[in-house]
Amino acid sequence: MTRHVLPGFRLAVSYTLTVLGSCVLLPLAALVWTACELGPSAWWAQIGTRRVLAALRLSFGAALLAAIIDMLLGLLVAWVLVRYRFAFRRVCDALVDLPFALPTAVAGLALTALYASNGWIGSRLLPLGIEVAYTRLGVLLAMVFVGFPFVVRTLQPVLESLESDLEEAAYTLGASPLQRFLKVILPLLLPTLLTGFALALARAIGEYGSVIFISGNRLFQTEIAPYLIVQKIESQYDYRGAAALSAVMLMASLLLLIAVGVLQRWARRWAVIR
Amino acid sequence: MAAISTAIAMDVHVSSSTRFARCLLIVAAISVLVGLLVLPLLAIFAEAFRQGLAFYLNAIRQPDTIAAIRLTLTVAAIAVPLNLVFGLAAAWAMTHFQFPGKALLGALIDLPFSVSPVVAGMMLILVYGKYGWLGAWLELHGVQVIFALPGLVLATVFVTLPFVARELIPLMQAQGSEQEEAALTLGANGWQIFFRVTLPRVRWALLYGVLLCNARAMGEFGAVYVVSGHLRGITNTLPLQVDQLYEENFSAAFAVASLLALLTVLTLAIKRLLEWRHGDHLNARH
Repeated sequence: MTRHVLPGFRLAVSYTLTVLGSCVLLPLAALVWTACELGPSAWWAQIGTRRVLAALRLSFGAALLAAIIDMLLGLLVAWVLVRYRFAFRRVCDALVDLPFALPTAVAGLALTALYASNGWIGSRLLPLGIEVAYTRLGVLLAMVFVGFPFVVRTLQPVLESLESDLEEAAYTLGASPLQRFLKVILPLLLPTLLTGFALALARAIGEYGSVIFISGNRLFQTEIAPYLIVQKIESQYDYRGAAALSAVMLMASLLLLIAVGVLQRWARRWAVIR
Repeated sequence: MAAISTAIAMDVHVSSSTRFARCLLIVAAISVLVGLLVLPLLAIFAEAFRQGLAFYLNAIRQPDTIAAIRLTLTVAAIAVPLNLVFGLAAAWAMTHFQFPGKALLGALIDLPFSVSPVVAGMMLILVYGKYGWLGAWLELHGVQVIFALPGLVLATVFVTLPFVARELIPLMQAQGSEQEEAALTLGANGWQIFFRVTLPRVRWALLYGVLLCNARAMGEFGAVYVVSGHLRGITNTLPLQVDQLYEENFSAAFAVASLLALLTVLTLAIKRLLEWRHGDHLNARH
């Protein structure tokens, strides 16, 4: 045991572990235990139904697509906020945090009101044959909304710290602005961009509040996996089924958490070049 | 800084086509922000006031809504201080000491951000629910956790756990332990060091973390939804009340939702103010 110079180690660690234990560790262990107790065949019996598979496919598929869209939109917005000076730039910057701070249920309500067939945007899209509310497109939209700030906020500090000498070198060698962006800046941003992507993906996969209002939760069509977990608990009292599905979601979260860790280490190595 | 100097350095050679591209990018970015973020926010207030001010005031003064506001404030009043102390304790342990399992502890503190809130609620039921690990023991002692206030607090603590710790750990890491150790050699005891040396140096970051923690605590939906049981006027927090009203009375749901949206706007404004006034005391990231 190493000797600690400063006091308070025991008190700090015991409080930390008490809260962590009762809120995170014990519940985590209970879920892992329940899932293991099921065994592979019982687990598959819970997961392998048409309804659950459809929900998982939608949850992961839409989240993947949403994270890709977030990556593109986030790159655009982060770039403009860091590189250009324009009116209301600070307001725009503050706005990015909105999906972080807006309660998810409120976001869900707002998006539904906006994209319903009588909403401001929905009524304009309807003549074009595009329906967003109560379709898979709505699920995608809600996921894009909640994941958006992750990409911007991950990219911003890195973009700000980007040294200008590489770009200037490319400039003197005759590279066009587009070439400078694609061949010099983008490769440097890649690990950070992927970190933001992974964070947005993790958030979108697990999202509940903002999705369930606009999705309409139609059987086989717009049910997401977290919605099914809630359904199994609330209306069927099927804790085994809920635990089996929760275990799948937890596994995905843990994998993404590890991926983010690896990506951040990669990004730090790149920071030397920047 | 580097980016700005680049922009200035290259500004000299900006051609009209580049300037056009720049304007196009700015317009595109603003459109994304307005379309994706501003319009939904405006939609809430527009729907809330659609049936007039009298209807709005009546909707937010219903007894069930008042009860929901009271419950939300109660849950936050318990969960936020718990997390404030947790953040301080975790940061104290993580930044001033070396111990086995430190990296694991850091990962566990971050974990709640990547777990689905619904899964978090499910996990709590498996421990504290009627048929959970501690269910029989809790029932024997007459303590109800799930479908009651303790469950709401546990779920809220779970989802907000990383907020304060995440702000404090990088900051205290960067500040090091020298000042605390100096205070120790001058004869200060642990609490004196904490209250007179550490706390004043991290107070703005602490406030920042508490602000974000509080916004999430008051707005949490998924995790709380699973453990609440939705007993109207009893275990309905404000977001759950919004959900239940949505089924029955569209405009009333938006009226109540607008209270939460107002909280969001206020939170973001204070957050900006903190970043603007005390940015150098927060952390290198802001």
